[in-house]
Amino acid sequence: MAAFADFWATYSTLVYSVGIHALLALSLWLTLSCGLLSLANAAFMGIGAYTAALLTLNLHWPFPAALLGGAVAPAVVALIIGAPTLRLSGVYLAMATLAFGEVTRILILNLQITGGPEGLNGIPLLTTGWHIVVILAVAGYGLARIRRSRLGRAFEAIREDEVAARLMGINVESHKLAAFTLGAVLAGVAGALNAHFTFFISPREYGFENAVDILTMTILGGTTSLIGPVLGATILTLLPELMRFLHAYRLAVNGLILVVVVLFLPTGLWDARRFRQLLKNRRARKGGQP
Amino acid sequence: MLEQQLINALTLGSVYALFALGFTLVFGVLEVINLSHGAVFMVGAYAAITAVTRFHAPLGVAILAALVVSGLLGLTIDALILRRLRARKAPHLIPMIATLGVTTMVTSAAQGLFGVEVQRFPEAMLPTGEFVFGEVHLRTLELGIVAVAFLLMALLFGVMRYTRQGRALRAIAESPKAAALLGINVEGLFMLTSFTAAALGGVAGVLIGLNFNAVTPMMGAPILHKGIAVVILGGMGDIRGALFGGLFLGCAEVLSKAYLSSQMGDAVAFGLLFLILLVRPAGLFGRVLERKA
Repeated sequence: MAAFADFWATYSTLVYSVGIHALLALSLWLTLSCGLLSLANAAFMGIGAYTAALLTLNLHWPFPAALLGGAVAPAVVALIIGAPTLRLSGVYLAMATLAFGEVTRILILNLQITGGPEGLNGIPLLTTGWHIVVILAVAGYGLARIRRSRLGRAFEAIREDEVAARLMGINVESHKLAAFTLGAVLAGVAGALNAHFTFFISPREYGFENAVDILTMTILGGTTSLIGPVLGATILTLLPELMRFLHAYRLAVNGLILVVVVLFLPTGLWDARRFRQLLKNRRARKGGQP
Repeated sequence: MLEQQLINALTLGSVYALFALGFTLVFGVLEVINLSHGAVFMVGAYAAITAVTRFHAPLGVAILAALVVSGLLGLTIDALILRRLRARKAPHLIPMIATLGVTTMVTSAAQGLFGVEVQRFPEAMLPTGEFVFGEVHLRTLELGIVAVAFLLMALLFGVMRYTRQGRALRAIAESPKAAALLGINVEGLFMLTSFTAAALGGVAGVLIGLNFNAVTPMMGAPILHKGIAVVILGGMGDIRGALFGGLFLGCAEVLSKAYLSSQMGDAVAFGLLFLILLVRPAGLFGRVLERKA
């Protein structure tokens, strides 16, 4: 038990980060499941983090209410910017969401209420391990249900072929908006949780690099199942810790992984179909022997 | 003081245009959003500063070194990554992610090799001349930056318009398949495009490094965002659009910094970009592209 306590004292922050990053990767998974490449999720995370932190810091709201605020605020923003933005597709959407992310970051940097470049300090430490575990579990379960529901199938149809989906009577615009907004909610909650265990937030944490980090986790893990993004988030959170001996070159490993995965494992690390295929091959080989 | 600001805007805008030109060329010909263009830009700046400080090369040679080094980097990225993805006919998202990975790798490598602190060109090397027209000061350095940027852009326009290779490139931009059927060496021209685009990006890096006399490993990210803004303003893949977009963004940034607030300059640029995307997704000068189902 003592060994565990030691381990926990040293690494609890790291374990919390894994959970938060998994939540972020799942939020992008949801947007991607509808075929939307959004680079706005880091900004939504920031909006959630700042909203929740300001609610607990200035208005002394209880933590659950602040979390709710951290989920609602990005959802409202997503609904407002989503309607015009989601008419764009493919790379144009990616660029527009990137621009939105930059505007958000610069606004946070310049507003009075957000503390400018110094950020917000002294946020009460309210997030516990249980909060993260429970929210991650609820989100995972919810996404698994959505995936097999009418909504999830509609997302998939839109991703595979927008025109065909429309011909089948799916309201493409409202489904896209739903995926975008739900992704924003998840990212906002992740941001709110994160703000309440790091004590301190600043605009630097919600820029382009972070949007890219979230994308990297999701793509590395693979988007064909829910396990992929969680796996990707875990690997990319733990990897820099294991690579400490590389010092300045640490991040180069992340880049290299991204390139290698894109080149040689187009469906990511976790691909259920590939696993089944491997299993089948092995069985076939065994069965074929006399 | 408006004239003085306009000179600053022209200097900055011409470098933005040069940077965006390479970016838009790659998009037009290869249909790839090359997010490593900012890293290539940074490598160009370091190549020049290394040539100057380590090998005591004159400024002209340093710019040439930047051109070659960054061009070769672009060629390597093409040969190792983009070519494989082309062969696989990967969707748009995939090369974007791969080039992001390259950016992370190259930036991190530069941090390891050169350190994170700002490096400067020796003051003695920089031209110090100045023309004074009444209130307006025109530094030789700024004049040189604008001249180099416009020279390279004019060269590219000339090549695209009047040479066989340029015509072939425009044919590829219309349809790579049809171009291949006409006997055009599509793969070869793809590689030439990657080299040229990266070389232009690298020179832009030197010019920005000279203008502010500061080179850091992180300098690629902001210019990449601005390059994206310029290309969207001017229309993706549109070469003239990149020129006008670059000058326009330079003006918007300098003037909003001068008359609004120093921090809000970027917000104005990106806010504008966001609005333009909503109103005219194909850019101010771009044609509306057929949506591929």
